[in-house]
Amino acid sequence: MSPELAQYLLSGITIGAIYALVALGFSIIFNASHVINFAQGEFVMIGGMTTVSLIGAGLPLPFAIVAAVAVAAGVGLAFEKFAVEPARGAPVVTLIIITIGASIFLRGLATLVWDKKLHALPAFSGHKPIEIAGAALLPQSLWVIGVTLAIVLALSWFFGRTLPGKAILATSHQRLAAQLVGINVRTVLFISFGLSAALGAIAGILIAPITLTSWDVGIMLGLKGFAAAVLGGLGSGAGAVLGGLVLGIAETLSAGYISSAYKDVIAFVLMLAVLFFMPRGLLGGRITERV
Amino acid sequence: MSWLASPRTGGMAALIAVVAALPLVLTNNYFYEVAILVALNAIVCVGLNLLIGYAGQISLGHAGFFGLGAYGSAILTARFGWPSLAALATAIAAAGFLAYLIGRPILRLRGHYLAMATLGMGVIAAIVVATEDRLTGGPDGMPVPPLSLFGAQLSGEATWYWVVVALLVLAVWLSLNLIESPAGRALRALSGSEVAAEVVGIDSARQKVRVFVISAVYAAAAGSLTAHYSGFITPSKVSFFHSIELVTMVVFGGMASTFGAVVGAAVLTTLPQLLTAFKEYEMMALGAIMMGTMIFMPRGLVPTLAALAAALRARKEAP
Repeated sequence: MSPELAQYLLSGITIGAIYALVALGFSIIFNASHVINFAQGEFVMIGGMTTVSLIGAGLPLPFAIVAAVAVAAGVGLAFEKFAVEPARGAPVVTLIIITIGASIFLRGLATLVWDKKLHALPAFSGHKPIEIAGAALLPQSLWVIGVTLAIVLALSWFFGRTLPGKAILATSHQRLAAQLVGINVRTVLFISFGLSAALGAIAGILIAPITLTSWDVGIMLGLKGFAAAVLGGLGSGAGAVLGGLVLGIAETLSAGYISSAYKDVIAFVLMLAVLFFMPRGLLGGRITERV
Repeated sequence: MSWLASPRTGGMAALIAVVAALPLVLTNNYFYEVAILVALNAIVCVGLNLLIGYAGQISLGHAGFFGLGAYGSAILTARFGWPSLAALATAIAAAGFLAYLIGRPILRLRGHYLAMATLGMGVIAAIVVATEDRLTGGPDGMPVPPLSLFGAQLSGEATWYWVVVALLVLAVWLSLNLIESPAGRALRALSGSEVAAEVVGIDSARQKVRVFVISAVYAAAAGSLTAHYSGFITPSKVSFFHSIELVTMVVFGGMASTFGAVVGAAVLTTLPQLLTAFKEYEMMALGAIMMGTMIFMPRGLVPTLAALAAALRARKEAP
């Protein structure tokens, strides 16, 4: 493998892991409520920006990170309570506009609370690159990949082995049946928004030392995480991770070998190709719609 | 007096009366400018409402068609020296043709999937415009020569006003007629239930593509005129955010109401002008309006008010 290719693959996996985290957030909310949360990218922004402010206020990094994730989760819970819950059962167009409205609102709020400048977060453990197959790997990339891996394992344990996790899964499969066996569907919805906001915030904090963060960072990250979720199959957890990685690698490869100006287009071209030719995504199940 | 209550007669009469009387209060060029922008946005929204409100198909990428009209006109006139009317016609035809080509694969998708696909198309268009800077001027935008009709240059706020409102009246008239035609009934059947519509013999794919093309043509026409009128065009007009603004106008005014689309465009185009003193709150206000409308009056302003008026009338007539 040429060092060049190794470099592209490593950066692709790093950014792909971030897309995977955002895509997982989309999938969790979609499963619980059949809502596509267009405000997902804003949680990414809130995570990064809150950490930057808290560090600025003198908090040590680990505390700042925990607090920022909690803030984002709080915003996610409030969003569910005050905007999604009142519109339950509304048509898809209505829900889409509510979540887009929320994302614009949060972005506007961010320009007031913070500013329109770019902010940097210090890398978690230095800038000294590690050499792998002739390519340089930043320690922060290891953090991104490691934390994402840990989260994926934790989530699969949560959804497969714990009662609340199984309750969420049951609700996503058959809401009415879940209600019949005594699952509080409204609580499930509430928790899903908090969980997915926390995931978004973690993604935003992990990537901030590499790409910087600002009030509008959520737009592109949100849209690409969304493309990754579609690529893997909307609602599939494994699909979200696979979609994120495929997207990240495709993006860095096309930036390296084809055109860096058009690297942002790749995500959407792949998404459209999947929608046209295999609408359920790479790992999505075959579903026949009942009339 | 039943003709007054019908949108095709009473509504048209009201619209014509309003646009004819409006110049009485448009006392300076700035007011004219706002009125012209309202009318141009209203044209896009009337077309988009056919797609979203009547056929029940969402598009989160209509700024792409608007941008195709705007940049088509701008590039053909400024870079290739085409006469502006020919450029306008070509740009509109190109948008219609593009909508026809992508309509079939895209409109097979439903609900969230359709939203995503249109969003993807729109984002790609925005990136292309921002990147191809030799043609489009890139993120800085490009100047657009003025519009000339048969050798006479269209200039002056009042002239533009009459041209644009005439087109708006025409757009509304066509839309109302389409809705009342068999094709319009077929569209409404689609939005109710696509399968049921097919069962009664409606070629749903054809109907959807047709209304998609119509809405694209409306958007491209308004885009092209907006570019000529402002004399400058930037990629923000092609952005995802602009697509969202357009959808919000339609939904705020009232889905499946042609006059609702006009009212939505009027309110949401004027509001930022009134709120310039609170510029930093503009985004928050837009977001709050979007959420609030959907939560508290999901049918939109005009249908909600109409239902309220009908309820009041019924109470008065009851003994």
